Amino acid sequence: MNHFALPRLSIRFFPIWRRHWLVWKKIAAPSILGHLADPVIYMLGLGYGLGSLLPEMGGMSYMAFLAAGTVCYSTMNSASFEALYSGFARMHEQRTWEAILNTPVSLDDVVLSEILWAATKSLMSGAAVLAVIWILGLSQSLMSLWMIPLALLIGLTFAAIGLIMTALAPAYDFFMYYFTLVITPMMLLCGVFFPVTQLPESMQLVAGALPLTHAIDLARPLMSGTVPPQALLHIAVLLAYTLVSFYVSLVLFRRRLSR
Amino acid sequence: MSAVIRATGLQKSYGGNRVVDGLDLSIHRGECFGLLGPNGAGKTTTLRMLLGLIAPDAGTAMLLDLPVPQAAREARIRVGVVPQMDNLDPDFTVAENLLVYGRYFGMQDSEIEARIPSLLEFASLTSKRDAKVPTLSGGMKRRLTLARALVNDPDVIFLDEPTTGLDPQARHLIWQRLRELTQQGKTLLLTTHFMDEAERLCHRLAVMDNGKLISQGSPRELIEQNIEPQVVEVFGETSGQWANEHAANYAQRFEVSGESVFCYVQDAQPLVKQLQAQTALRYLHRPANLEDVFLKLTGREMRE
Repeated sequence: MNHFALPRLSIRFFPIWRRHWLVWKKIAAPSILGHLADPVIYMLGLGYGLGSLLPEMGGMSYMAFLAAGTVCYSTMNSASFEALYSGFARMHEQRTWEAILNTPVSLDDVVLSEILWAATKSLMSGAAVLAVIWILGLSQSLMSLWMIPLALLIGLTFAAIGLIMTALAPAYDFFMYYFTLVITPMMLLCGVFFPVTQLPESMQLVAGALPLTHAIDLARPLMSGTVPPQALLHIAVLLAYTLVSFYVSLVLFRRRLSR
Repeated sequence: MSAVIRATGLQKSYGGNRVVDGLDLSIHRGECFGLLGPNGAGKTTTLRMLLGLIAPDAGTAMLLDLPVPQAAREARIRVGVVPQMDNLDPDFTVAENLLVYGRYFGMQDSEIEARIPSLLEFASLTSKRDAKVPTLSGGMKRRLTLARALVNDPDVIFLDEPTTGLDPQARHLIWQRLRELTQQGKTLLLTTHFMDEAERLCHRLAVMDNGKLISQGSPRELIEQNIEPQVVEVFGETSGQWANEHAANYAQRFEVSGESVFCYVQDAQPLVKQLQAQTALRYLHRPANLEDVFLKLTGREMRE
């Protein structure tokens, strides 16, 4: 049983995904509200508050500027919360994984289902914020529809990265490190609230290596109706983060659960 | 008789510790096989290797004629597992737990739905079909776990301490059901600390300690081969003193444990006569059982 073997992807993840979906359906209403409320409150609060002081940012109204960033960071948060807290609950506290692994389903399928489910949550929360954006008239272009598959991709990326934390976590409090040292800095460095170009050179270099920056570099142009420059580069960075993180998390899970 | 589960020379070490040390096991179709041993003996690790969840460091394991862990996924299609600690889905009802679990075996929803009524009846949970798991008692949860392990109509069922923590009514119901399963031709491999359970349910038993099998056979054989046929337990403050003075004259072997003395004898009559004269002591005369075998083979000392 080689811990370092490449993941074997198969359709067997699907019944696990269905299970997560069935659980979610039971708590759908509060879940949707939760995913929507936080980002929309920020968006409206800062958008109107700062927006009235700032004439424009990055070639658009501050509200619109912030909206594109909000879609990205809300999908990042949905995926991260799901992969970390819910994933840990399933793996460790409820022993759901243990039950599933006693059947003809392998750990590779379970981890794949966690990533795809967290990405599904991201898709839902991204789409919900997008709906608010359309209702407020912040985007007038059909190009913004591309933000839906983008939300899925962002979800995949941050789910995969988050699962590395889940594989390493001894307890729930461990996740504080991730949110404080990784997620929050990303929210501030990657162009959600202000352009990356406002940062000192060195920080701009750091931001350029972070996945959220690339997500936002795709989201903003799409929302304002233009094809993002260097789109393939940004997509490639997100995919690279996803695939490498998926592999690393799988190796770590194999180690952790092989006792 | 085909061996449904076969282990040859299984070995597993964790951090320099030999947890399973050269284990050979052969379990036949329709058998209820019990694996006994103190905590840390290597029982759960052995089960996990036989299920193909972990790979042995040496030796081979076959489950339903398929090598594990290489063909574990295929083998587990016909296997059910009742784990030591419940891992039911707390967000679902009883019926939903069965439905969701059946899907992992590649079963169609209609197939599973068709089996649910008989599974519920088997577990005496028909009235609880739409009850959410947190509302169930410990006994009901365990019965649900057993029903869930049967959703795919397995040929082999692994049970890790199936009745720990249950009240006597629940235990007796589970034993009854397990006996029905072996009568249906299913093979059971269970671990337990309850000697009465092992004696009642198992056709054959093996005692494990320090990663090795130290004795194997039917309950009757284990008792006959390992221990004297009669036991006289002696209780009282002065029992230890009495034992040191007199026990050796009447018993092949005796052990002092706090205020009790266990005397192991071929013929108990002389000993009983002697004890009847001792007014300060009470005694209990009974046949030797599996617990006596177990304590003899693995000692009375606690394992830390």
